[in-house]
Order: sequence, then C-alpha cells, then structure tokens
Amino acid sequence: MITLTIDRHVVVVPANTTILEAAKTVNVEIPTLCHIDLEGTCVKSNPASCRLCVVEVDGRNNLMPACATQCRQGMVVHTSSPRVLRARKTVAELILSDHPNDCLTCPKCSDCELQRLVRRLNCRVMPYNDGEHAHRKVEITPAIKRDMDKCIYCRRCESVCNEVQTVGALGAVGRGFTTTIAPSFNKMLNETNCTYCGQCVAVCPVGALTERDYAEELIADITHPDKIVIAQTAPAVRYALGEEFGFKPGTSVTGKMVTALKDMGFDYVFDTDFGADMTIMEEGAEILDRLQKFLAGDKNVKLPIMTSCCPAWVNFYEHEYPDLLDYPSTAKSPAQMFGAVAKTYWAEKMGIPRDKIVVVSIMPCLAKKYECNRDEFKVDGNPDVDYSISTRELAALIRRSNINFDSLPDGDFDKPLGESTGAAAIFGITGGVMEAALRTVYEKFTGNTLPRIEFDQVRGLDGIREATIDLNGFELRVCVVNTLGNARVIMDKLRKGELNYHVVEVMACPGGCIGGAGQPYHHGNIETLKARQRAVYAEDAGKQLRKSHENPDIQKLYKEFLGAPLSEKAHHLLHTSYCDKSIK
Amino acid sequence: MKPLNFESLKKLRQKAQATLNVRELSHTAVSEKCCGLETGSDHIQILCCGGTGCKASQSKKIVENLKECVKAHGVADKVDVITTGCFGFCEKGPIVNVIPDNTFYTQVKPEDAEEIIKEHVIGGRRVERLLYVDPKTEHTVSDSKHMDFYRKQMRIALRNCGFIDPENINEYIARDGYAGLADVIKNQTPEQVIETVTKSGLRGRGGAGFPAGKKWEHGRAVHAEHKYVVCNADEGDPGAFMDRSIMEGDPHSVLEAMAICGYAIGANHGLIYIRAEYPLAVSRLRVAIKQANELGLLGNNILGSDFSFDIDIRYGAGAFVCGEATALVHSMEGKRGEPRMKPPHLTDHGYMGYPTNVNNVETLANVPIIITKGADWFASIGTEKSKGTKVFALAGKINNVGLIEVPMGTTLREIIYEIGGGVKDGKKFKAVQTGGPSGGCLTEKHLDIPIDYESLEAAGSMMGSGGMIVMDEDDCMVSVAKFYLDFTVNESCGKCTPCRIGNKRLLEILTRITEGKGTPQDLETLKRLSEVIKETSLCGLGQSSPNPVLSTLNNFYDEYVEHVKNHKCRAKQCKALLTYAVRPDKCKGCGACKRGCPADAIIGDVRKPHVIDPSKCIRCGMCKSHCRFDAIQVF
Repeated sequence: MITLTIDRHVVVVPANTTILEAAKTVNVEIPTLCHIDLEGTCVKSNPASCRLCVVEVDGRNNLMPACATQCRQGMVVHTSSPRVLRARKTVAELILSDHPNDCLTCPKCSDCELQRLVRRLNCRVMPYNDGEHAHRKVEITPAIKRDMDKCIYCRRCESVCNEVQTVGALGAVGRGFTTTIAPSFNKMLNETNCTYCGQCVAVCPVGALTERDYAEELIADITHPDKIVIAQTAPAVRYALGEEFGFKPGTSVTGKMVTALKDMGFDYVFDTDFGADMTIMEEGAEILDRLQKFLAGDKNVKLPIMTSCCPAWVNFYEHEYPDLLDYPSTAKSPAQMFGAVAKTYWAEKMGIPRDKIVVVSIMPCLAKKYECNRDEFKVDGNPDVDYSISTRELAALIRRSNINFDSLPDGDFDKPLGESTGAAAIFGITGGVMEAALRTVYEKFTGNTLPRIEFDQVRGLDGIREATIDLNGFELRVCVVNTLGNARVIMDKLRKGELNYHVVEVMACPGGCIGGAGQPYHHGNIETLKARQRAVYAEDAGKQLRKSHENPDIQKLYKEFLGAPLSEKAHHLLHTSYCDKSIK
Repeated sequence: MKPLNFESLKKLRQKAQATLNVRELSHTAVSEKCCGLETGSDHIQILCCGGTGCKASQSKKIVENLKECVKAHGVADKVDVITTGCFGFCEKGPIVNVIPDNTFYTQVKPEDAEEIIKEHVIGGRRVERLLYVDPKTEHTVSDSKHMDFYRKQMRIALRNCGFIDPENINEYIARDGYAGLADVIKNQTPEQVIETVTKSGLRGRGGAGFPAGKKWEHGRAVHAEHKYVVCNADEGDPGAFMDRSIMEGDPHSVLEAMAICGYAIGANHGLIYIRAEYPLAVSRLRVAIKQANELGLLGNNILGSDFSFDIDIRYGAGAFVCGEATALVHSMEGKRGEPRMKPPHLTDHGYMGYPTNVNNVETLANVPIIITKGADWFASIGTEKSKGTKVFALAGKINNVGLIEVPMGTTLREIIYEIGGGVKDGKKFKAVQTGGPSGGCLTEKHLDIPIDYESLEAAGSMMGSGGMIVMDEDDCMVSVAKFYLDFTVNESCGKCTPCRIGNKRLLEILTRITEGKGTPQDLETLKRLSEVIKETSLCGLGQSSPNPVLSTLNNFYDEYVEHVKNHKCRAKQCKALLTYAVRPDKCKGCGACKRGCPADAIIGDVRKPHVIDPSKCIRCGMCKSHCRFDAIQVF
C-alpha cells in the first residue's frame, strides 16, 4: 500500500493506483475529458492527451496528468493550486479556440462533456478564439454522422474502434494542428469495414460523432394522412429511456413509453419483444436441427451455430470472416422479423396495403439504421422496417411533442404484435439471447419442462463467458461474447479449427444492447449499465410467460400463417443470407 | 570470409595498422616539406571527403578524376585515392587531404584533380591556390592542425570521421575498432561494462543528458525473454547533422557500441532507427553491418563466444517527434509516431513490449573508445557534471560553418570567435541559438559560460542535440522565435492539446506581432501561454517548444516592445513594419524608382525630389534597388 497526500487528505491506496483514482476515494473529483474507463468492460481509453486533469506534484517541474500518473509513496499532490487552475483553464480555452462553439444547435447540447467541463472551470472568455480553425470533414452515413470540426481529439473513438472492437475504421490522420480522426487516408467511413456498431458515438464526449437523425422523416410520415405508422420498441429501450427524463438508470418506463408513442401519433405501438420470441422459434429450431444432424454423425454440419440478431456483428463477419458465413444462424434480427411479419401477416389481417404501412423501429442501436437499408430486407424496394430511431432520438421527439413524460399514465402495447415473454425481455443484454434460446431448446430437445428457468451460467458482463448445459446427458457447450474484439478472438479460433462450442452468442456492444450506441450516454459510468442489466432481469422474473414458445400470439402466428419454424414461408420471411463484404 | 576469433582479430588489427600507419604519423607530425613521388615518397594516400555536404559539391567526381589521373600518369600502384567521412570544415569543402605530408586542400573542384596529381603527388609542389588562407594573417595554412577551426577541437566521437574509409572495416579495426567489444566479451562481466560507462560520466547526447550508465543499469536489471538495443538516428533538429556524419564517416563505431550495450544489458537484437532522408548513412550502415557480420563481429557467437547480437535497420519518414524515444518505438512498430506517457519506461516496456534501451548515435560513438581507453580517461575531459566532448553543428552568420567537437566546458566565445572565426562580414554578434527548436537564444552576456548540460539550461537554453546557430544584428528576434515555432507547429504530432493548439496560437500571436498588428497585451499572453504549454505538454517536444519564445522574450524584450509599441523592427526583417521614404537631399528626380514601383506608390516630377505614398507602398524594395543615388531610406 502507498500513502500519499492529496490536497488536505492523507490517502492510502494500493500500488499502481493513479492519482485520479486515489483522489476519487477522498471525494476529490479531478476534471477529465479524454479519459474513459467503463470498469468491468474493456472500454478504456487513457491517452493522457487532453491535459485537463493536470495536477501539481511536489518535486516535479511540470504538471502531471492525474489520469496517467501513478501514486508514489510520500507523494504530495495539489489538485487545485492557482498554478493548476490557471493551466487547466488555459488548456480548456485552447480547446474552445479550435471548436465551433455552436452549442445552442449542437445535437450534444446539454449532454456534452466539454460543455460541462467548461462550465465547471468557469471559463468566461475565449481569449484565443481569433485564431485559425482546423477544417475537417463532415460525413453522414445511414447510421452515424461525423462532424469532425467538433472533434476535440480525445481519441476515445479511436481506442474503442481499434482496441475494443478491433475494427480499425477510425484512427488519427495527419499531424499537428490539422490532425483529424478518420479512416486511413482520410477516406469516408462507408469506404471502410466500419460495422456501424456506433460505440465511437457512445463514447464521444462532444458532438463530433452522433447518430444520423431521422426525426424529420418520422414527423412527416406520422402527419401524413394516408400512412399507417407503426412503432416497434426494442427490449433494451424501455430500461434506459427514463434516464433522458430524469429517472434513475434502470427504471422501467414501458407503459409511459407506449403512451408517449401513441400521444405522438403512432397508429399502432407494438413490441420488438414479439419479434424476439419469433427469433427464438426460428433460431431455436435451427440449433436443434444442427444438433440433431451433428448427433446423427453428419460431418458437414456447421457448429457452433452463432446468433445473428446483432447487425453490427453481422457486418463484422461479412467484412472480416467471409469464409465462415455458414456458421451464423440465418435467422433475421427480431426487428427485421417483426417488420416482415407486420408488412405481410398483420397487413393482410388489417387489410392495409404494404406501401401504406411505415414500420419504425425504436432501437438502442445505430447499426439497425444501416440494417434497415440492406437490400435483403426490402420487397420491391420497400423496406420491411422503414427506418430506425435510437432511444435518444425518441426522447428528443417526446420532448418536442410537448409531452410531460414524468406524469404519463401507463399504456399497453397493441395486439397481436405486442405480446411477449420473459425470454424476449432479456434479449437486450449480453447472454440474454443465449438464455432465451436455451429455455426453448432445452424443452424441445429433452421433452422435459425446465427445472429452473434461469441460466445463471451465461449471465454477467465479462467479455467471453463459457458454460456447459446438461441436456439430459448431452453436454451442450455454449459461449457468450460481447464486443467485437472478443468476437474476433472466437472467430480466429474457429478459423483455426480450435473452437469447441455448439452455440455462440455475440453482441457488439459492451453489456449487449443495454450498452448500445443509441442509448442515453453512459458517460463512462458502469453503474448505469449495471442498473439497466438488473432492470432487464427483474422484468423477466416478473413475467408470467418466460419461454418464447409459450407466447400465445406466436403460437397463433405459426398456426395461422407460418406453419412451423423453418417452414418454407418462415424461411422466406424470417431468414436471410450473408455476403462477402471484405475490402480487397 | 572466415569469421574472426579473439586471436585472429588481433592479427588482422596488426596487419591493418601497418597500412594505416603512414596516415597516423602524418596526422601527429606535420611535415614542413611537401612530399611527392619525385621527391622521394614511395607511397601517397589521397583522402577525399565523402560526406553528404561535400558529395553535393561533386566530391564523388573529384575522386573519380583523381583516380583517372593517377592511372593516366601511371602511378596507380603508388597512390591510393580514398573516400572518407566528413572532415567537419564544411564551409571550405570539398576537402582533399594528401598523406603523408598532411596537406589540406579546400574548396577543391573536379577539374583540380589533374593539378593535384601532377604538381603535388608527382612533382612534390603544393597547389598553393587550394590551400586554406587564414583570414587573420592572410597566410596560407597547409595542414589542419594549424587552423583555428581545428586547434581547439578534440575529436572523440568524430575520431575516425575524415580519417578512415568508412566502407573498409579493416581501417576501423586498425584504429582499435572492435577491440572494446572483444575485450568486454572476453574479459569483462556485463556489470563491469556498465560500471565503466557509469564511471566515465557519459550522458545522453540526444539532448536530455540522461546518464548512459544508469540507463544501461536499468536495462540490465529487467528480466525478459528478449531485449532490444535501439540506436536513435532520427536526427531532426534543423541544421544538426552530427549523427549523420558519424554514421557516414564511422558507422562501425555505432555498431560496435550497440553490441557492447547488448552485452551489457543482456540484449541480442539491435535496431537502428534512421530517417530515410539519410540515404548515404543508410548505405554506409548497410555495408558496415554486412562486413561486421561476415567477420563474425556481429551475428551469432561473436568472435567465437557465446554472445550473439544482430543489427537491423528501421526507417523513419522524417517526423521530428519520432526522435522522442516512445514515439520512435511506436514508429518502429509500424504505428503512428506518437509519444506516450512514461512510465512504463522503454527499459521496461519498449519495442514490441520488450525492454528496450534507446541511445543516440553520438552517445554510442563514444562508447567503444571509453572501453578501450578507460572511464578515467573520459571522465578527465569536460566539466564536473558533463564529461567528454560534444559535437556541435555550427551554422548561421558565422565564418566557419561546419561540424566541430569540443570538450565540455569550452566557452561559447571560444567556439564562435576562435573555432568559428567570428561573425560573418564583420557584423555585430547578437545571439546564438543552441538546442534547436527546443533550445533558446543566448546573448553576449552568456558567451563566457563554460558549456555543459546544466549551464546551458540555467542560461535559459539547452544542449539539445548540438545545433548552434549564430545570429547577427540583421536578425529579428521575434522572427527567429516565429521561425522555430513554425517548425514545431508543423512537427507536433497533434496528440496533446497544449502542443497541438497552444503552439499554433503562439505562432499566430508572433505572426501578428511581426505584421505590426501586435499589442502590448500580446506579450503577456505569449509568456503566459508559453508557460502553460511547457508545464502541461505530454512529451519533450511540447515541453520545450516555447523555449525560443521565452528566451527571446527574456533576452530581447526591448525588441518585442519596439514591435508592438513603436511598430518598428530594428533588424529590418519584418516587412510590414518598414517605412520606405525618399531622401529629398539625395533624390535627383530621375524617376527610376517611380518606373520600377509595381504599386504606383511614388509620385514626383522630373528633376524634383520624389515622394513615396506609404498607404500604397507594399515594401517590396524595388525603388531602393532601382535608385542610383542612394536616396531611398528604409526605417
């Protein structure tokens, strides 16, 4: 243990503790900007480059960055001496001098870490603002908007893209004053192998990386007299949306969300959870099919089967592992299954022509925006899901629609595409799809009722988790992965023939969809994700029906329309194919 | 070639020394008489500088011509024409040195080859017109020993530059080359080697002056599967070229030192990080590595021992910041050349995650001779805290531009006025800039400080890698600061805020001042911002980049005030602050200035004094160059 002095506190910390961490233990909050540490996940960036956390250390000539300076025995640290305050303010003023400072109209206004910091440092003038600005690119992709003039060069996005996701689409380009963060050779993002996971957006402290906003399109559709606009809300949205309205992280606001959507003018409000139950029917059947073939001695069966509901993960293997496209399940994501069924089964039922229906998915995800645009998910150019908006965009729309969210009464999802089980509820979390699948696969494989519904072995936040499930003597080996960097570890092993699992679940975002790039910003606070995670499991525990195959409306759908899982019709509507998208 | 062992290396040395002996003798004893084949000499060697500077002045052609003439005159068996490294006296290059009488010909042209062979080599008569003329006495000086430029120098790191053929390993071996390596492998423990380096007091010559022995000791103490020795040859200071000269003129000294370092710290791999703009140094290093490998002086089981050490080259793209060791390692790994926070130090976590010892070229060049001559010998040279010598690249408004090596403790006055031959064109000395873009400007009052790491820093500058630029009364100190800032703004990697944006803002303020738009408030801002950049930047580049601003503000505050208050530049460098006017007493009304003015700023009738309209004048100076009566004044 190391003893040091921070301001007027004597602090005892373990070796390898940084000054920043040590200061926190005595409630000294040193300001940071480039630093992020989502403890317990692999999201961590510590380039020590913004220089806003500098502190004075006795005996050192220069000021030291608290985020990257390790505590030493007997160290005497001053975190707010006049010298430190002067330096910190000057550094902030320098950042402002190469920033557009158009906060009033910035999408990050009031949620911006730079804004908060400048307020905290009491910057009242911008003395260096008559200088030159470095002009950088603006790019709008279907999912992500890059306005690099706003970039403050904290490098969090670069770190997330390279070290966490190992995609490597973003990096520093150029040098000195005109340095920018961009794909190599300052190309456009859509020319790279970007998966649109959006984790760069999730960690961006300012408005440089934001989601592509579809609010105007949505308003135009809702107010259009001929269009029937239906909403589907993803499992993870309801546990995070409340944060935008001052609720504690992990507060479930399902009912208020439904009411708000109806108040906004959506004609029908359905639940993507219904799509999730459908996914389990299809994917579960696929798992059983491959397992049975495997047990029958089929040497060509592709195992492990991998989940395919995360669109960033789909992009990832299409870009990076085109040789292994036979392994992932062909099941579409719940949102796309929902869209396909809504524009066929439901449309027929209601007698509404396809082209009059607008399906809007409300997702914790940015890659879903890209997914909507995929040709595979269109019928004669008409997409199954017209567009996708994020949790944050929904919050913005609610605010704009003059709705007092706090005091809204709870509403109910419309039928029949609004009924769901606990298995669908947990889709929004890493391990959730696996657990939901196991609940169905276990019962179908063994013919027995599950003795205990929860599969604790696959829960948690660790990047790679393994478990062995006893299916009446058959040992099913499963693996749950979150973040694409961890997915790469698994896929590299698969490519080398070293993978020994039967089923693998992959989600691109840390923690799964609860940590999705479209969720309210976590600002590096892991407790936010943990609270959402607890809420998800609480929701599941409180449900009457907790296995997808028990969903009565799902049973009805198959009976009336699809036949059986993996039937020809199911294949046509609920399954997809993958293509080689590697950049040659 | 058969790999050498300890015995055969000794024999090879004795043999090589015999051939080099004539050169050694001629350097220590200067013969008054010129020797020629007709006057009794039996063998003559002609050394011609093959450094980058002299090569640019056709020294390669000189060598070719000399060789042809030797053949044409049928004396090829008695005359050797040898290309060496840099002699240092670049002002007077290309240099041709004739042995055994040690005649030092300066500013030789390819067409002079015939005369040198016919007159000197055969006839024994010096070519007087090619000899150096001492500007003080106006007498010719035939050898380097009696030139002021060389008299006060002490060449340790440059000991072989301009003396041996860098592409001939035998010549290096003859000068005790690889004797140090052989000695440490055969007779010393790694700890003893480190003790010798520590006792010698050798400090890093790259700029920071970190004790080399201490670095090696740390490198030794770390346990790892692999360790690396890296030679930092990313010489980036504008105007500094000592590392290049050493690699071009004496590449084996660097290789030997790296192997010694490898033995000391327990590393088996060496890497030289060199900028690709040094093609000659690269090719000489390649030749040297190949030769050393063939002779078993590098590679597996060096000299038949258990110690193995290989050396490879890594190229840099020329970014200044890649001289910073952590950025250098990133660059070698194929990553963006960007520094990172320390710790972890490179000696713990360096190239590819392995412990890595990074030393500068000049530091390494000192190592072999410290081993052979001993720590006490080296420690006897220099000042209390800075031992040995330092190489400086002398440039700017000075008579003798070139590469010099002086013992630590030599004063700036000795360097500028004795070795450098004083300020050019008899102008008044104003300042000397040391330490490159990270250093500062020193003035008249600093000239008698004995130079070492501490004294330069105390005076507000730094040793740096050894650039030394002399400025005279015509240099504007605000413009000088601006020049260096412009360099650092371009070379900043852009990682940390103060360096990326702060330096840019400093440059903008300086530009404003030189354009006559500065305010007294700007001087305050310059100082404040400079201090913050220094104390908050991540690496040495940003921590030192405001030094030129701060040192000029300290030493030439009046000049800054003149710029912002009176809007005047006394050195007449800042165009926007100049006023062009016609002196009515001198103007004849000839109209030449009026016709030459591109801005139509001059009015006046024929034979009557003209007038310049300051609102139209663009200060191009055309009027002044057109006037035949010296009637245009600039103030």
